[in-house]
Amino acid sequence: MKKFLTIKGDADTAIQGLLRSLLEKGEVGAVFGLGKSGDAISYLVISDPAKIDSLCPTLPFMPANAANHLSKITAGGNLAEKIAVVIKPCELRGFAELVKRESGSPKNLLFISPVCGGVLDFDTFYKGDRDKELSAYWNDVYSNEIPSNIRPTCSICEYFEPFNADITFQPTTEGCELYSNTPAGVGMLESYGEKLSEGKLDNSRIEKLSSARLSNREKFFDGLKLEEMEIKGLVEAFGKCLGCHGCSSVCPICYCALCAFEAKENEFKPEIFEKELAKRGGVRVPPNTVFFHLGRIAHMAVSCVGCGMCSDACPVDIPVASIFTRAGDAVQKVFDYIPGEKFDEPVPLSTFIEDELTEVEDS
Amino acid sequence: MTTDKKDFEPKIIGFLCNWCTYTGADLAGTSRLQYPPSILPIRVMCSSRVDPLYLLTALLRGADAVLVGGCHPGDCHYQKGNYYTRRRFAMMKKILDTFGLESERIRLSWISASEGPRFAEVVTEYTNKIKELGPNNISHEIFL
Repeated sequence: MKKFLTIKGDADTAIQGLLRSLLEKGEVGAVFGLGKSGDAISYLVISDPAKIDSLCPTLPFMPANAANHLSKITAGGNLAEKIAVVIKPCELRGFAELVKRESGSPKNLLFISPVCGGVLDFDTFYKGDRDKELSAYWNDVYSNEIPSNIRPTCSICEYFEPFNADITFQPTTEGCELYSNTPAGVGMLESYGEKLSEGKLDNSRIEKLSSARLSNREKFFDGLKLEEMEIKGLVEAFGKCLGCHGCSSVCPICYCALCAFEAKENEFKPEIFEKELAKRGGVRVPPNTVFFHLGRIAHMAVSCVGCGMCSDACPVDIPVASIFTRAGDAVQKVFDYIPGEKFDEPVPLSTFIEDELTEVEDS
Repeated sequence: MTTDKKDFEPKIIGFLCNWCTYTGADLAGTSRLQYPPSILPIRVMCSSRVDPLYLLTALLRGADAVLVGGCHPGDCHYQKGNYYTRRRFAMMKKILDTFGLESERIRLSWISASEGPRFAEVVTEYTNKIKELGPNNISHEIFL
């Protein structure tokens, strides 16, 4: 049994209330979460309780994967003061992957994370009728359906209940249910000042949604038909790539300060260019597009959390996230690995078992 | 087409570890063992030095195959490099398979410094296999 608290009213106000009381009682020095200013949506760190209402912690939208921001804040060392972080489950998983790569520290961060219904894609959110889309979204979430206007990778996400959260919350029609998973979580809930109840998250609801998403996932992956792509298919899928590398800059796993694909050594020097031209009778300019995408898959697929940022960042609508999530799924199964499940587990490529994978030798 | 395949001499890029496979290749040479001239050896200090991007570069630039050679498990000069190689290699195989690319075009073999005959055997066997498979069609693709 877990300690839990139900806060009545709309979910945003409920979470704001908790965060405000954390700040007022000095439980944390600041809070991190999604905030808005008119039409602009971004993450905010707030230390003044009077400014808490700039936050919209339950908004189903992801302007960037928060893991990247948390990494930038914490990579240089540990924070001296506690920060309560309201973060979506895949962002938290992305952050765990960054921590494993010594690009962030969870010390003094307290995580508050929802049972996530998915997030609206950029086009729907910025160009659609936002109020209508949001109300359709919440209707679907409250009736345990998968909303139709979320990112494709959200509708196939199986880890929408957070790992490593101190508090898991679930918006309901009446307000917000908050469950503590750790002693720190209990402390945060107690600071709210209401008596806590004993109970646990309604698993039947989660299981139902989970099985719907899993069957979606299989159908979705089969429909991509990546196995039939071969080089022709890859050229077709990535041929329109501008080479902006936006997909990699928004990716929570692409953490290298000096990216291999930005390096001079991976550019075509004149002699290589001429050699390639002589060999093929033609070269795409800029070259190396398929190399960039396959190479990026080789670098990050093992830790891909399927957040879908790359697809939304792509200016020419390449379904990057669908392709990468599918490749990630395949690679992760080789190592029986769930990215972001734990903070203290090595990345599969930085560890090994002596007696394994012999089937790839001499084959 | 059959004549094509018969005449075709594959180009196999070999990333060979300094301590075992490269020395094994030297032994094959000094022992005057016969093997096809299809392999282009590149000496690396450890098989784990082989970045997955090297395999991709080789295949996308038109190599017909890539052979990664290292010390037998447990015999790595650096204790455990080849175990990392094997994990990375398994990942690359899976990625190629995922996209319907021919994962037979990459091979990982453990050949020790004393296994000159084994080196000649692996190169012969792999060359024949790639001859069967035919040239790498990526080498004609212009829109990469």
